Amino acid sequence: MYLLQSSGIIASQEASLIIQATLLMLIVVVPVFVLLFFFAYYYRAGNHKARYSPNWEHAKMDELIWWAIPLEIILVLGALTWGSTHALDPRKPLPSTVPALQVEVVALPWKWLFLYPSLGVASLNTLEIPANIPVEFHITADAPMNSFWVPQLGGQIYAMTGMDNRLNLMADKPGDYPGYSANYSGAGFAGMHFVVHAVAQKDFEAWVAATASTSPVLDQATYSALRAPSTEQERTYAYRIDLYHAILKQFGH
Amino acid sequence: MSLFGLLTPQAFIHGPIETGAQIIVIVAVLVTVLAITYLGRWRWLWQQWLTSLDPKRIGIMYILLSFVMFGRGFVDALMMKSQQALAVGAPGYISPDHFAQLFTAHGVIMIFFAAMAFMFGIINLVLPLQLGSKDVAFPLLNSISFWLTATGALLLNLSLVVGQFAATGWLAYPPLSELAYSPGVGVDYYIWALQIAGIGTLLSGINFLTTIATMRGHLRLMQMPMFTWTTLGSMLLVIFAFPILTVTLALLALDRTLGFHFFTTDLGGNAMMYVNLIWAWGHPEVYILVLPAFGIFSEVVATFSQKKLFGYTSMVVATMLIVVLSFMVWVHHFFTMGAGADVNAFFGIMTMAIAIPTGVKVFNWLFTMFRGRIIFATPMLWFIGFLTTFTIGGMTGVLMSIPAADFQLHNSLFLVAHFHNMIIGGVVFGFFAGFTYWFPKFTGIMLNERWGKAAFWAWIVGFLMAFMPLYALGLMGVTRRLDHIDVASGLYTQPWAHWLFDIAAAGAAVIALAVLFQIIQIIVSIWNKHKHHVGENPWRSQGPEWQEPAEPLHERSARGVAIGAVAALFGFGLIWHIWWLAALALIGILLSLITLPKPEYAD
Ligand code: HEM
Ligand SMILES: [Cu+2]
Repeated sequence: MYLLQSSGIIASQEASLIIQATLLMLIVVVPVFVLLFFFAYYYRAGNHKARYSPNWEHAKMDELIWWAIPLEIILVLGALTWGSTHALDPRKPLPSTVPALQVEVVALPWKWLFLYPSLGVASLNTLEIPANIPVEFHITADAPMNSFWVPQLGGQIYAMTGMDNRLNLMADKPGDYPGYSANYSGAGFAGMHFVVHAVAQKDFEAWVAATASTSPVLDQATYSALRAPSTEQERTYAYRIDLYHAILKQFGH
Repeated sequence: MSLFGLLTPQAFIHGPIETGAQIIVIVAVLVTVLAITYLGRWRWLWQQWLTSLDPKRIGIMYILLSFVMFGRGFVDALMMKSQQALAVGAPGYISPDHFAQLFTAHGVIMIFFAAMAFMFGIINLVLPLQLGSKDVAFPLLNSISFWLTATGALLLNLSLVVGQFAATGWLAYPPLSELAYSPGVGVDYYIWALQIAGIGTLLSGINFLTTIATMRGHLRLMQMPMFTWTTLGSMLLVIFAFPILTVTLALLALDRTLGFHFFTTDLGGNAMMYVNLIWAWGHPEVYILVLPAFGIFSEVVATFSQKKLFGYTSMVVATMLIVVLSFMVWVHHFFTMGAGADVNAFFGIMTMAIAIPTGVKVFNWLFTMFRGRIIFATPMLWFIGFLTTFTIGGMTGVLMSIPAADFQLHNSLFLVAHFHNMIIGGVVFGFFAGFTYWFPKFTGIMLNERWGKAAFWAWIVGFLMAFMPLYALGLMGVTRRLDHIDVASGLYTQPWAHWLFDIAAAGAAVIALAVLFQIIQIIVSIWNKHKHHVGENPWRSQGPEWQEPAEPLHERSARGVAIGAVAALFGFGLIWHIWWLAALALIGILLSLITLPKPEYAD
């Protein structure tokens, strides 16, 4: 299960949050099940040994107790929510001694474009990142709304036209992690998956160098062709223009 | 601009699978018309049913409409399931666009026309009697509401014959639902089917709220049965929420039809506004559906535990708290849109707060069973099935209301499992319970218990098989709305994944069996009506609706049917840009509203 076998510092905190909250709720849920099945069995009409109080319809103390039980669970969960929402805010930079790698993500009709603005390389439907180094994703769309999601690294965020969303993730070991679009965006939606390759820093640098020297250039014309609905193979590019902000600005918010 | 707007012969020509659906619809309509003609029943149908203002008859028509739409929605679901079973590493037999129409239609139909119609059917039948009143506050309005709902259903199904339906998901998020990405008439069918049905719903809300407020005789508020209370809560929500839906869809219609830019990507449009608005209606909507079901369960658990309902006052307080809170939580549907941590945390905590009154209700039901003498008739079985699935669904709902957890669970099959837990286990089981419970009241016949219990067990087993695996699949990262699964996506190759998919598919088949049992149950009960005859209060229930016989009312008016028919033309004109038709129809509607007649009486 990708969500629980996480390989990213965000995903593992989200996984333990999910488990912790579930256990907390079981404090109420388990007794409900026990009571339900016990009462159903014990107070069945055929059991004449069981007490029968047809007019017992109200008891202040008892009712107070079951306003109080869920209230308390929710108070605890509420505290957990406030804390975890701030701690795991997707915009929050991850603690690290090295600066985060900047990756710009553009959801296109039925493919993902990844731009590395400081490195002059780009890729389509495949994402190369260094392991153990934080990555700051800037996410937008030139397409209907999508959602950028790599379950093993951490939760998703929407990719929307004209919006510059932020997501901070880090892979804590090298590996291949599948990514998806989680929001329906048209006929090619089911094909909008990609693989994140998290590799050692030196392998990442080698990949950047190779990509920059051998890949075709992503210019305005190449990009315009990508805007049309299609499904595409994995591909890499070299590029020089500030494509991301041009894409963002065309919708002029 | 041609006389028929966008409508050309091309609109009738579909792909092979869609043509099948088209032929089935046409044949079904023809067979029905011929059968009625052959039996010579047109006059009877018109006088006794279609034009009747008796809330009992209107209620029955709502329920029949709901059953038909249930059937359609269920076929959509089976098609999706079979497609997904065949489309692993293969394209399957349904095109991606058709698949999207299926999940869109499925959601829209089940919420608006299966569940809502069932709900209004039961309310029509039971609410006036619980108040000790024969009728609703505005009988003609009631008929108009029904016919507007039926018109919405008609337009939606018409899209099977001419044109196509929206391929956007049941909430039609822009920009996907804008002209730029959805150029066909599908989204327009969606908009106008829902606009027309939505007006009907709003009018019903006003009607029933007024009925409760003004027609309860000497009944004091705090003496009202629980079903009446929860209906009151639900109708308040209708009145506050449905205008939001109407405005939202109207803005989308302006974008699509007149080139406005409320939600487009360009010229300052903002799709996030739509997402907020649609959920400001959408979240209350789920409580509109579930509150009356809660009310039914309160009646059922007391009757079959042979006890009074425990904690009446706190039940009322909990219901009203839910009404208020359900307007303060809509953001939990899009924590992933990028709002800041303060906003997300606030809405997360408000969402969990709803679990408090809901939990209180659960405990009150449990303590109604405590020291009771429980009879396991079918309605009570539905109640126990409900409490089981609803508790699980409530737990996963609260889990997703923690934003950082939701970032991982949102839009996955985990979410799909949550809301089916709530809507099938809560709403649908509730209406099944109410249907079985009140059936003898209106017919004198008890629904066959043996088939009823068989149906219950098949439903609960099928339900658990179909939806519990989705929680696990969601944790594996499987998103909703996949028309096929690429092997390379890793979604099918995780340990156990293919078993879980298979179990879920088998569960759908078991549910089909359960539905078959229900159909048999109804047929057998009516066929052997002498054997099943039990009189009006076989459960020996204490509720006020059981104490007096339900007399038929004879008022009738053709105005409801007429307004429905003209509204259908209005919608059709707007969908296909046949402006003269829309304009004429609009004038027709206005005329019929200013010249409302006095009702006639059936012979
Ligand atoms: C304890 C009460 C509940 C809580 C805490 C809760 C929580 C949630 C949350 C947080 C979501 C959004 C998840 C996401 O999109 O990632 C959600 C979705 C949903 N819930 Fe609930 N819920 C509750 C009760 C209900 C009830 C009673 C119903 C229906 C009768 C319901 C029906 C739905 C539906 C239909 C959706 C999703 C619709 C969609 O995205 O298409 N929920 N719920
Ligand atoms: Cu909600």
